[in-house]
Amino acid sequence: MNRGLAWLRALADGSEGGNGTVRAADVSWDDERARLVCVVPDAQARFPRARAGQVGVEEGWKIAAAIRAAVDADAIDATRGVQPRAIIALVDVPGQAFGYHEEALGLHESLAAAADAYASARLAGHPVVALIVGKAISGAFLAHGLQAGALIALDDAGIEVHVMSQASVARVTRRSEEEVAALANVVPATARDVHAFAQLGALARLLGVENADVPTADDVRKARSLLLQTLRDLRACERGPADRLGNEAAGRTRAMSIRVRQLLEAQWDAPA
Amino acid sequence: METLEFARPAGLRAPPRRVHVGVVASGNLEVLLEPATAAQSQITVRTSADGFGERWRAVIDRFFARHDVAVRIAINDFGAAPPTVLLRLEQAIEAAFA
Amino acid sequence: MSDAGASFSELDARERAHALLDARSFRELLDPFERVESPHLPPQGIVPQSDDGVVVARGRIDGVEAVVLSIEGNYQGGSIGEVNGAKIAGTLELALRDAKRGRIVRPVLVLDTGGIRLQEANLGILAISDMHAAIVSLRECVPVVGIVAGRIGCFGGMGIAAGLCSTLIGTEIGRLGLNGPEVIEQEAGSAELDARDRPRIWSTIGCRRRREQGLIEVFVEDDAIAISAAMRAAFREPAKTFRSRDIDASRARIAAYALPPTGAAR
Repeated sequence: MNRGLAWLRALADGSEGGNGTVRAADVSWDDERARLVCVVPDAQARFPRARAGQVGVEEGWKIAAAIRAAVDADAIDATRGVQPRAIIALVDVPGQAFGYHEEALGLHESLAAAADAYASARLAGHPVVALIVGKAISGAFLAHGLQAGALIALDDAGIEVHVMSQASVARVTRRSEEEVAALANVVPATARDVHAFAQLGALARLLGVENADVPTADDVRKARSLLLQTLRDLRACERGPADRLGNEAAGRTRAMSIRVRQLLEAQWDAPA
Repeated sequence: METLEFARPAGLRAPPRRVHVGVVASGNLEVLLEPATAAQSQITVRTSADGFGERWRAVIDRFFARHDVAVRIAINDFGAAPPTVLLRLEQAIEAAFA
Repeated sequence: MSDAGASFSELDARERAHALLDARSFRELLDPFERVESPHLPPQGIVPQSDDGVVVARGRIDGVEAVVLSIEGNYQGGSIGEVNGAKIAGTLELALRDAKRGRIVRPVLVLDTGGIRLQEANLGILAISDMHAAIVSLRECVPVVGIVAGRIGCFGGMGIAAGLCSTLIGTEIGRLGLNGPEVIEQEAGSAELDARDRPRIWSTIGCRRRREQGLIEVFVEDDAIAISAAMRAAFREPAKTFRSRDIDASRARIAAYALPPTGAAR
């Protein structure tokens, strides 16, 4: 069951965010404005392989359009002193669409458009936050979520962060599914649950909720409060993906990512 | 994956430079060859194919029978056949003394 | 050392970097002898490569400082893990730092890669997201030039990276997409796409087709000199717009595409 729409309605006071596979709803919380963006299932979607909430060839460009519209509108209003609104990605995406027509139409460029829109909004001073409420898989997550300045996730067993289904990994690497699952003990980065992802230092916060599928009023209050705090933190101190390396967890689990950067910097200029 | 270590008495000539050849592709290997720092030539092999210790020993014997050298060699191997291993070692030593 | 005028696709990653940079300007960072390898592969019984499958080569392009990031497609399918992902992302971040200080370093990505390395999973995806962030910033200062000219092609999260590049150069060898044919066949069945049907694959996602679609900017023969010349032209005459911002035209193109009534692949 896709949670994106449930959380969109809850956070946007019942708004459906339009229709189709990509929804966008604008909210005002205290002194902050935000555009919530979400990818949802739609049985009527034109491309059959993008009807279950996947990010397909239409969705990437739609995400980009929704974000660009907000950025362009705020750029005009900036002359009146209006601060750029936050962009909040609600993430429950089972992956990218897998299909012949998708590839024929340049699915990779569609996902690049979405990633570009989020990154460009961030660079233009819009706080960009991703709230993972369900699945955050592979290319879909790269397009919708990973370019945020801060990632938050529900502390819930229904959260999955990974790059390919376990069954598919087993097929491709020619191991059994049990062996693939056991790999998570050897290489924690191959684990799929939210705590393992948090261990990589990629999450700003984990949010405990009573009901991740159908958020209670209290869940919504807590989420809204956390989102507000997070986007205010981002206004005070802009952050991008590479800043995810700066915390203690990443110092342990992404040590080589830090070491490589140190070595590159030391060798960047030719010795005198 | 298996790690094998071999040592031979250091030969006469240490190469003036270190050399890298190859790629750890299927059926292939990379060789990192440097002058020896000790009285021995040291060879370390990391290989994806377990249980071929004797074959590696034979290849290494053949190499040092041909080349009277003092070297440190590291090999990362992805199932290369002995002729491919020898070819890479030959490429490396030739470049090291070129 | 590469033979100028040789097939580019047959060169290894290091030879390709040599072929692209000005003569005698090549200087490798984190070279094989530094043994900056993946710590995650040996525990899984996979033999590491001493450079983890990416060559970082500083040098010059037409006299201007440059850096070539060359992915070795023959090592683990050019897949991106923690270490080689950090080599790419970290390099782009340093180029960005320099660009902001008024010092241009021309970045080139030789993309021969299937995407994320499954054996390193979320470390790979995080590294690739770092790359995407760096490319979006860096391309405002200097063209980020991608070359898709190898046997593996350019797929997955690296296909997205290609989509963000200022200029893409491709050859008849190269293919560019999100999901490779084997993955499509695996996930959607061989009726959707037969991964052995090479003519169909190349006519759909090959670089010649991508040039027709405007999804790459330059199509040249599989020749080191031709590719190098195209790369140099890309820096001399930067693209005026970014493909990834072409929202209206792209949506129109997709809307006009004739999907079979059932949505079937044929």
